Amino acid sequence: MTRTIGLVVNPVAGVGGPAGLKGSDGDAVQTAARERGMTPRAEGRARSALGVLAAAHPGAEIITAAGGMGADAVRAAGLRARVVYTAGERSTGADSASAAAAIAAAGADLLLFVGGDGTARDVASAVPSEQPVLGVPAGVKMYSGCFAVSPSAAGALAARWLAGDELPLEPREVLDVDEEQIRAGRVDPHLFALVPVPFVVGRTQSRKSATPVSEAAAVRSAAAGAIAAMHDDTLYLLGPGGTTMEIGRQLGVSKTPLGVDAIRGGALVLADASEAQLLALLDTAADAGTPAKAVVTVIGGQGFLLGRGNQQLSAAVLRRLGPDPLLVVATEQKLTDLGGRPLLVDTGDPDLDQRLAGYIRVTTGVTTASAYPVTAPEHEGAHSCV
Amino acid sequence: MSLPIAPKPALRRFHQARWDEPVIFELTTPGERGVLVSRPEPGVREAVGDVVADLPAGMRREKPAALPEMGQMRVLRHYLRLSQENLGADFNIDVGQGTCTMKYAPKVNETLISTPKLTELHPLQDQGDVQGILEIMWSLERAVAEISGMHSVSLHTSGGSTAIWTNIAMIRAYHEANGEGEQRDEVITTIFSHPSNAATAKAAGYKVITLYPDADGYPDAEALRAVIGPRTAAIMITNPEDTGIFNPRVKEWVDLAHSVGALASYDQANANGILGITRARDAGFDVCHFNLHKTFGTPHGCGGPGSGANAVSEALAPFLPGPVIVRDGDRFALDSDRPQSIGKVAPFYGVAPNLVRAYAWIMALGAEGIKAVAETAVLNNNYLMKKILEIPGASAPYATGRRRIEQVRYSWQELFEETGISSEEIGIRASDFGMHYWTSHHPYVVPQPFTLEPTESYSMAELDEYAAVLAEVAREARETPEVVRTAPHNQTVHHTHHDDLDDPERWAITWRAYQRKYFS
Amino acid sequence: MTQPFVHPYLPNTAPDVKAAMLAAVGAASTDEFYADIPEGLRLDRPLDLPAPFVAEQDLVRHVDGLLGRNVSTRERLSFLGAGTYNHYVPAVVDEVINRSEFLTAYAGEPYEDHGRFQALFQYQSLMAELLNMDVVNVPTYDGFQATATSLSMAGRMSGRRGVIVASDVLPDKFSRVHDFVRTNLDLTVVPTVNGTADVAAVAALATEQTAAIWVETPSYSGAVETAIRQLADAAHAVGAVLVVGTDPVGYGVLTPPADQGADIVCGDIQSLGLHQWFGGAHAGFIAVHDDPRFVMEMPSRLFGLATTDVPGEVGFGDVAYDRTSFAHREDGKEWVGTAAALWGIAAGVYLALMGPQGMADLGETLLARTRYAQLQLSAIPGVALTDTALHLREFVVDFSAASVTAHAVVDTLRAQGIEPGVAVGEYELLVAVTEMTGQGDIDRLADAVASVVAASDTADTSTSNTEEKSA
Repeated sequence: MTRTIGLVVNPVAGVGGPAGLKGSDGDAVQTAARERGMTPRAEGRARSALGVLAAAHPGAEIITAAGGMGADAVRAAGLRARVVYTAGERSTGADSASAAAAIAAAGADLLLFVGGDGTARDVASAVPSEQPVLGVPAGVKMYSGCFAVSPSAAGALAARWLAGDELPLEPREVLDVDEEQIRAGRVDPHLFALVPVPFVVGRTQSRKSATPVSEAAAVRSAAAGAIAAMHDDTLYLLGPGGTTMEIGRQLGVSKTPLGVDAIRGGALVLADASEAQLLALLDTAADAGTPAKAVVTVIGGQGFLLGRGNQQLSAAVLRRLGPDPLLVVATEQKLTDLGGRPLLVDTGDPDLDQRLAGYIRVTTGVTTASAYPVTAPEHEGAHSCV
Repeated sequence: MSLPIAPKPALRRFHQARWDEPVIFELTTPGERGVLVSRPEPGVREAVGDVVADLPAGMRREKPAALPEMGQMRVLRHYLRLSQENLGADFNIDVGQGTCTMKYAPKVNETLISTPKLTELHPLQDQGDVQGILEIMWSLERAVAEISGMHSVSLHTSGGSTAIWTNIAMIRAYHEANGEGEQRDEVITTIFSHPSNAATAKAAGYKVITLYPDADGYPDAEALRAVIGPRTAAIMITNPEDTGIFNPRVKEWVDLAHSVGALASYDQANANGILGITRARDAGFDVCHFNLHKTFGTPHGCGGPGSGANAVSEALAPFLPGPVIVRDGDRFALDSDRPQSIGKVAPFYGVAPNLVRAYAWIMALGAEGIKAVAETAVLNNNYLMKKILEIPGASAPYATGRRRIEQVRYSWQELFEETGISSEEIGIRASDFGMHYWTSHHPYVVPQPFTLEPTESYSMAELDEYAAVLAEVAREARETPEVVRTAPHNQTVHHTHHDDLDDPERWAITWRAYQRKYFS
Repeated sequence: MTQPFVHPYLPNTAPDVKAAMLAAVGAASTDEFYADIPEGLRLDRPLDLPAPFVAEQDLVRHVDGLLGRNVSTRERLSFLGAGTYNHYVPAVVDEVINRSEFLTAYAGEPYEDHGRFQALFQYQSLMAELLNMDVVNVPTYDGFQATATSLSMAGRMSGRRGVIVASDVLPDKFSRVHDFVRTNLDLTVVPTVNGTADVAAVAALATEQTAAIWVETPSYSGAVETAIRQLADAAHAVGAVLVVGTDPVGYGVLTPPADQGADIVCGDIQSLGLHQWFGGAHAGFIAVHDDPRFVMEMPSRLFGLATTDVPGEVGFGDVAYDRTSFAHREDGKEWVGTAAALWGIAAGVYLALMGPQGMADLGETLLARTRYAQLQLSAIPGVALTDTALHLREFVVDFSAASVTAHAVVDTLRAQGIEPGVAVGEYELLVAVTEMTGQGDIDRLADAVASVVAASDTADTSTSNTEEKSA
């Protein structure tokens, strides 16, 4: 089977970070960054990734956009560029989206994009929902879960993809962060999309112990574990995420991927509820003496349980859920991917955050759980993680 | 060229044997025989008739089993060639299979066990005929009891994981005997304990709660405090953990377990660095086990048979698998009358050849030698750690800067981020120099992991050679990454394709399935 | 000691080397490495162990002396079985598994350890031919574990708890299986009739709650089950599977259970090229059809064929390494660990040496000698067979009509250098016959038993010795 890699570079990604501008979105920011003497580092990141790809597949053809949006980096790496999109003089988010759409349409079966959360959002908005993508990290802030750990790692993964390896795909979160808000000291990112991202599991080794299960099976197991912990007479507010989607699938309810859905007794009560709707629902439940709980999973790469992508589960909502408001579900891999960092809650209510902090039981399977630390980050806004 | 011979290059120019040996079924020659079988005597035939023809309807095999037909020496040659295509611990600096304690399995022990007085012993013979082996097993039990500080020992299991199963089975029986079997349905372990602790507890019906390390990289006592309680049946932990980090608060963990009525179970798979230094019972543990194939020098046999030794406190002794060996003066006997025993965990009394080997290993070293084993293993490990951490791109996450006990779980994450070359690829390339290396159990808590355990068996020069190979491969990852990525280059076979192995339509688990799927 | 402690197993105990290594890591002594072990947990005395034999010749003398006190089955005439059998082990088998390369290897990759992968793939394949099944695992610990796992697989696949035990099972095996599965499965034993399954009773008990019907053939008493087809039909009628525990030694002549509808076939391979080793050389096999629903439930490793970058090279790897469960139930999942790989290699060499004719000859020899021993023993007045089923290798004789206890027979014959079998009841003796026990041996056993029985006609046979059954 012949495979093709696509590439779109957001040439101004990352320009704002070193300049202390908390993101690079918007003409004014980019201009300000340039005025502070900053040069975009996206092309360098793109070349690192492509260098690894080129070493494994010399002369491979990459479907891309003209100039700084891809073709320059492709040629610099010694690869062949098939240009299917040409942007205007100054790149915008709309250009990233249009280029991504054109590259996907031209047959790229894995689309690499170089940028940050904003680029991820632009790409996800433009390509079919089943289009495999992989982020080459180059942005200022990356809350989204669709990035490789480094440009070279992205290149290595792309090389295996091109070699025909059958890499599994997993839905990962794209978080939509409004940089204007971050610059204003607020972080209020929403879950924008789930996109299929290829990943590499340990293949050749680790054979000395329990048979591991694939990540997809681990997600199924974690979801089944959450369902096993549910009671028929309790109202559950099912937050967004891949694992909670799987809960919906196993219960036979059509869960909205990005919304908070209320379920009870295995049946859908209310889909894609707003904070106000949730509060009303909880009022009704309280009147009927029905207990309620929020079911949440880890959103994005930073380990947020609350406050990123599921803001419908607001402090007001959570305070009505009693002393033990959360059923947390995640795979063990999601926890280990945090590299020892704690889970985070940021409801905007310091007292509530403090109450949620400590150790929380995370359901990882039908008969397995982890006790994992939770902390409330300071309400500083952006946490650069590049 | 003429003498003198030029000096050797810095690194060994290794190449694994490559016989290009076919699968054995392709070697068949109809009519050849590998071995003949004793046939029924004429008197027997006369008395019983044609037993095969007389089989009940449908009970006679219709077609002969499609086994290969080969002369004896052809079978021998085929398998000896395969043996050469295998890298035993006797051949390489086997420090890379961390957690496995690939130490020297002394050759003298092989000569000791090869006597028919062991190989041709039946387990149900007159006990008067098996006094020698019973005494060895009894003495080994006593030695393990002393090394662990425990009261009683069983040697029945044939591997580490089944020994851990025996730990949890005894814990389950203990709580049931106290009427708390239903109430206590949770087991707590840590992410850096051997995963079989979690797996066996799950298989025994427990919910398993896994704890992550604290900010300093040590097992998180506060996390334990947060989850332990009246539902806890046991904590099941390894110490030192698979990172080589010893939990300095282990006594506090055990006391915490006891304070809620739970038991404390100690996986001593990593005991090699603490023999004679600290003991399970002295920290209060109720149950523990050793892997004789790791710590006590019995060979690994390509993955078994191993041997587990389960040791317990006096309170748990009634639950040990049966029978146990009892001594009465000079006579040793098997005692099966044990009503609270969990019963059988293996067909008879354990892997006898390994028990003799382990006994001989202990008797070759004694108390002083065994402590020297631990101290040397730890010295070797800290020496190797220094060498490895000098390699750019390698690190030892958790408890950074601290000494380690007998092994270290390292990370190539920096190298991976820089080059895109994964730890697995580095390990395969390292094999081109005649070495093994192993990453880690899943999930990879340490990213891009590799786990090295030098044991006491390897010399300083050998440790230097091992580190030099990894340094060379790390250099290649930066400078000539394709050499690494396309490895192996010096092995019996080349880069192997895995996709067929995961597809039920395409996988071929046996030769007959292969023939059916691809040639019929 | 005046000399520093330098041991041949510990190269770095050489004083100068040790000092150099300590200096390299900046430690004054090895004690520094134990900084994390609190003082209160340190052992403050030497281990209390016997004085060692540090010189190899002294060690040999000591251990040889102990083992020399054993009297093996080469020095006795043995009819002992009950799980461990005295079959012949060809010399080539021992030669192969005693090779350092195999003996001391562990878990390398299919590159530097290609030989191990091929040898175990061949073991799987050779067993598969004998059993007529397409999938066989890398061996697990023993036949007990293999059966416990097979039943657990049936439970996970179906989400059901019921297991109907249709055969007489070795009590120790039943004990092990029961303790292993009891959280997830309920075992219901249906008494056998004339040594084999009561098919009607089993079928009547099978319901929608039944995960598996468990057959043992040969059974505890050596009876060969001849109704596997009907038992398989009974299982399949309720959506259950048929699990057959067996010893593969007879399948050179007997129809393999797979041909009669068995879904999972499991057991022990000690009979295939492993010495008795005082009961310490067991390994378990699990065989299934090439159906992912079954394969994905197998906890053991499975080696499969793979291509490599070079055409014509035979590569290997782990099949379905990320075993994605199709199961109805998640609980009771198992593990993979160090088990019994070397014994699997041995069994593979054994089957390669035996070939189709060897296994056919062996099967016939076992059937013939078993029948002959049954005839010779049951011809003795007062000695009877306990059933009329077809037997392979083992059978039970009953001395009650002769008023002689089985223990009395054992005690008397042991004094004559004969192990006549295992006492399995007050009057019942389980006798095992193999290719190692020829006609003359069987005749000698029969003569000795006849003498005991004859003596009991003239004397009070209430023996005082009540030695316990030892397993």
